[in-house]
Order: sequence, then structure tokens, then C-alpha cells
Amino acid sequence: MKNLKFLLVGILFGIVLTKSEAISWYRIYEMFKFQAFHMYGIIGSAVGISMVFMLLFKRGIIKDYLGNQIHIKEKKKGFIRTLVGGIIFGLGWSLAGACPAPIFTLIGNGFLGIIVVLLGAIIGAFIYGLLSKKLPN
Amino acid sequence: MDFILAPWPWYFSGPLIALILFLFFYYGKNFGISTNLETMCTMAGAGKVSDYFKKDWKERDWALVMIIGLIIGGFIASNFLSASKTINLNTDTIEDLTNLGFENVGTTYMPNELFSLENIVTFKGFSILLIAGFLIGFGTRYAGGCTSGHAITGLSSLQVPSLVAVIGFFIGGLIMTWILFPLIF
Repeated sequence: MKNLKFLLVGILFGIVLTKSEAISWYRIYEMFKFQAFHMYGIIGSAVGISMVFMLLFKRGIIKDYLGNQIHIKEKKKGFIRTLVGGIIFGLGWSLAGACPAPIFTLIGNGFLGIIVVLLGAIIGAFIYGLLSKKLPN
Repeated sequence: MDFILAPWPWYFSGPLIALILFLFFYYGKNFGISTNLETMCTMAGAGKVSDYFKKDWKERDWALVMIIGLIIGGFIASNFLSASKTINLNTDTIEDLTNLGFENVGTTYMPNELFSLENIVTFKGFSILLIAGFLIGFGTRYAGGCTSGHAITGLSSLQVPSLVAVIGFFIGGLIMTWILFPLIF
């Protein structure tokens, strides 16, 4: 099964998110209150090390498993969409205490209330899709 | 084994997340989670209502398998790899939340005041979680990414839109935590 590797990557990601407590509502609250370094340390060190990977990908020093050049997708441009979208996401992230990956991992942790958040997130993505052409960029 | 069972420190977890990003790219995919919310809309038939969702979701079947992995990983870590689920919070955090009316702060990953089954069957409890989810889904798609796509992939590849998005994440998070929480709770 060609997707088995993604299942394993997902499992590893779920374990790391749980064991690092990054899925905890309290850790997100604490981060936005600037009362602990924990989340800043996780995101900061992940970004720092990823920067080295990105550089190696761009220079072609590391290729993908088939030996092809690795391409990093360019993010959509548009100041309003990224800032306003970011603010809206930030409001939800801090209220639910979970961003998209933790939403799924929390289901595995047995917090079934998070399914309501997932339902809301799917509805939110749907409404965005309906309005996408009318919203400012 | 004690190290595995205890909560993992940031300097162990952060590099592992970078490793996960590496594995995504190594296997020919970009690191990001929130696009799956759109894929789920497509699977539910949203393409009939809007062209935006007219895509072939089977091209993203790998990502859906990865999502199943995220759930399984949470289950494994919770049931087999955790000695205790108490969060070692700053005492200021505990005090702030107690003042907002939260009880047993940090004894579980998620507060009962939001996520207990008794709470989610109330109108207010259900609405808060549904609205929070809506903001997450709408916001990430408008911004073009979430914590994984923007904060980690975008910042580490030095993309300006991601810096703008992360500033937005913080503006939203600070407004919610500092201004709206005292009104909601």
C-alpha cells in the first residue's frame, strides 16, 4: 500500500503532538498569556531546524525519495487575506485550544467534544469556499 | 523508558516536528494540515454547490491516510506512552484560569469547562466549540494555511505571506485570550 508511509508519518506526528502537550488547550492559553516558553520553544526549534532542511531542498542537496528535486509551494500572495484570515484563525485557535492537526490527534486521545470543533471547521472551510471569489485578497 | 513516559520537553519535540516536515517533503508532499478540511468538503459533495470544491479528492488520499495516523498516534500516546496527563503549568496561568472560573486547571489536557460531555450538550457549550471550529476552518483557508503550513513550513522557507499570517494568528489569539475570554467565561 503506497500510502502506508503517510500513515506512519501521521502516527509519529500524533504521538509527538500528544507527548509534547502541544495539543493541550492549557498550553495554548499559556502561550498567548506569555507565561511559559514551552510552545515558543517547540515552534521556534521546529522552524529553526526546518530552515536548514529547506535550504538543502532548495539547493538540491537533499532530493525526494525518487531522486527528484523537492519543490516548496509558494504561499498565496495577498496582504488582506493572510492578515485577516490569520486573525480569524487565531481567534479560533485560542478559543478551541487546538489547530487543525491537534483536532484530529485529540479525537484519538478520547476528547470527543473536539468533534464539534471539527464539524465547525469543516463548515468554516465550506463557507470560505462559497465566498472565496467575493472576499478581498 | 521514563523519558518516553514523561512529557517531552520542547527541545525534543520541536526537532521531531522538523523531522516530520522533512518526511513530508522527502515523500514528495508539502507539510500542511488545513487543506484537508477542504478535501472533506469535497468528499461530502460540496462540488455540487460550488466549483471551488470540484476537485478530485482521490489525489489527496495520502493526506486522509495521514489524518487517520494522527488519530491513531493520539490514541497510542494517550494509552500506552503516558504515565501522567497532568500539565505542569505556570502558577500564574493556574491562578488566571481559576479567576475565570475554571476548576482542576491542568489535571487533564483539555478543560472540562469546554470539552466535557455535560458541557457540549448545553447550547452555550456546543455553540462555543462550533464557533471556534468555524473560525479555524474559515480563517485557515482564507489565510492559506495553519500552524503547520504557515508558521512552520512558510516561516522556515522565508515566505513573507507566512510572516503576515503568523502575526495575524497572534493578533487573533491575543484578542481572544486577553479581551474576549473574560466576557465568554
